[in-house]
Amino acid sequence: MEKLVERFYGAFAALGVSSVVPQVTLMVAIAIAMTLFISVSVMFMIWWERKISAHIQVRYGPMRVGGWHGWAQSIADGIKLLLKEDIIPAGADRFVFALAPIVVFAAAFAAYVIIPFGPNLIVRDLNIGVLFYISISSLAVVGIVMAGWSSNNKYSVLGALRSAAQAVSYEVPLVVSILGVIMMVGSLSMVKIVEAQQGIWFIVPQFVGFLIYLTAAIAECNRLPFDIPEAESELVAGFHVEYSGMRFAIFFLAEYANMFTVSAIATTLFLGGWRGPLLPPWLWFLLKTYFLIFIMMWLRWTLARLRVDQLMNLGWKYLLPLAFLNMGITGLVLVLRG
Amino acid sequence: MVPLSHYVVLGTVLFAIGMFGALTRRNAIGILMALELMFNAVNLNFVAFSRYLPVTLLQGQVFAIFVITIAAAEAAVGLAIVLGLYRNFKTINVDEIHLMKW
Amino acid sequence: MTTAHVVFYLLAAFTVTAAIFVVLAKNIVHCAIALVFAFFGVAGLYVLLDAEFLAAVQVLLYVGGITILLLFAIMLTSLISARGVRIMNEQVASSALVVIIIFGLMTFASLKGIAFVGPPPPPAYVTASLGRLLMTTYVLPFEAVSILLLAAMVGAIILARREREKD
Repeated sequence: MEKLVERFYGAFAALGVSSVVPQVTLMVAIAIAMTLFISVSVMFMIWWERKISAHIQVRYGPMRVGGWHGWAQSIADGIKLLLKEDIIPAGADRFVFALAPIVVFAAAFAAYVIIPFGPNLIVRDLNIGVLFYISISSLAVVGIVMAGWSSNNKYSVLGALRSAAQAVSYEVPLVVSILGVIMMVGSLSMVKIVEAQQGIWFIVPQFVGFLIYLTAAIAECNRLPFDIPEAESELVAGFHVEYSGMRFAIFFLAEYANMFTVSAIATTLFLGGWRGPLLPPWLWFLLKTYFLIFIMMWLRWTLARLRVDQLMNLGWKYLLPLAFLNMGITGLVLVLRG
Repeated sequence: MVPLSHYVVLGTVLFAIGMFGALTRRNAIGILMALELMFNAVNLNFVAFSRYLPVTLLQGQVFAIFVITIAAAEAAVGLAIVLGLYRNFKTINVDEIHLMKW
Repeated sequence: MTTAHVVFYLLAAFTVTAAIFVVLAKNIVHCAIALVFAFFGVAGLYVLLDAEFLAAVQVLLYVGGITILLLFAIMLTSLISARGVRIMNEQVASSALVVIIIFGLMTFASLKGIAFVGPPPPPAYVTASLGRLLMTTYVLPFEAVSILLLAAMVGAIILARREREKD
């Protein structure tokens, strides 16, 4: 991959053009590639979710669209959403209403900069890799509050404020559980974290951290059992009740992209990233990530929804002290080992 | 490379805009937002000096981290006070809260 | 006019425009959103200054923390859609004058002693050095700030709590 980039730059230098042109072209190409990957991945995940939910509920799910087990269902759904009428509620703040899905999607999309698909397949190996994801994920909360407020709908505002409270509450155990891994590695860079798992994957020493991370990540993605902000039967689907058509599709896309990001980071931090014996590294990475996504979907269709006070209880009274205990014990062991 | 004076002038511009907002807005939360702008201008100044003067050894960035932390604490307490104001006066326009004026 | 210059001017223009929106917007929620953009602009400038850790902390704390606090408080207190509400008080002209004078003085004073040279080469391991500094030289202010945050948290909760009805 690096050789290709060098030859690309060399071609432009030979033409006598300044190095800004290949830089910008490369950035645009990578962004387009990432967008395509996210779209295909999300379409697959939507179809997969419907299939998994169907089989858990002893039925078949999509079977007709496209022939074999309805694989083209997501494409049909996407086209349907694109063709819907764009409705903006009367009295809504038009600018903020239009901006909110873009902010949420931008937050979900920007996190793909640091996902290591393979040894050289990372957009940019930032020095502050994991911290970059944590900061960008806090931008999505602002987008959700904007969406809820601008809809001029009491249920939207309530749902958005609940979602903001949930996201902010579960960010803290998420970060503290990541800190356990970071302490063992000594660096925030994603590539170095994967390289540090040569001997043993971090899920073994940091098993409690892995469980806390998974729980907090499911809460951050607003998935069941932490579904209160956007469940269809709660507050009439919460903050995105007034959104229809393409704007709703962008929220949907952002949620599934977020699921992929969170699972990818769990794979990198706890499951050894792209390490594995026989298959190519990127295939291992995708397999592990989709395995974690399968677990998230499995949990969704098995567990009941938590009430909002139970949710906050779990986050602040159970997960956070457990995460601090984990971090403390990790630090103690690291200091004693010298 | 970008000279240091550019960063200092940019910091001063942001500080001036924030000061204007803090002096003229009626909404208490608007004043808090202008204050946050001033904090950001000061931080920018610190970090720029920390980068351009090699002897400072990242002291500017450490100071900026402390400023951000204290700004967060101050925003929390300030907004709690604004909530209390709203409960008692039913308004948060600061020029209507003048019970203690002569 | 190198890439760094172009990026600096773009980020500076973006941040100053967002700041002007924060101060002049009629709708207070629009102010908060413009503030988010201003914070991002400043974070971009930190990245340009090789302070990546600080940029991430800026986005995390300011955008992810303070902006949400501000939005919550706005929704709990303001009459957002009231028409005809003045947003500026009566001292606009005198404030503008004072601000311009102070801006002129500060620019003159600060530019007097600064040499117009570029930066020294970037330091290596900024984040690691920052961590080490916070844990060795500046550990006392670090602990003091954590106690301050605890006090602020408790104080904010007590101030914002509703009065219990005494019977």
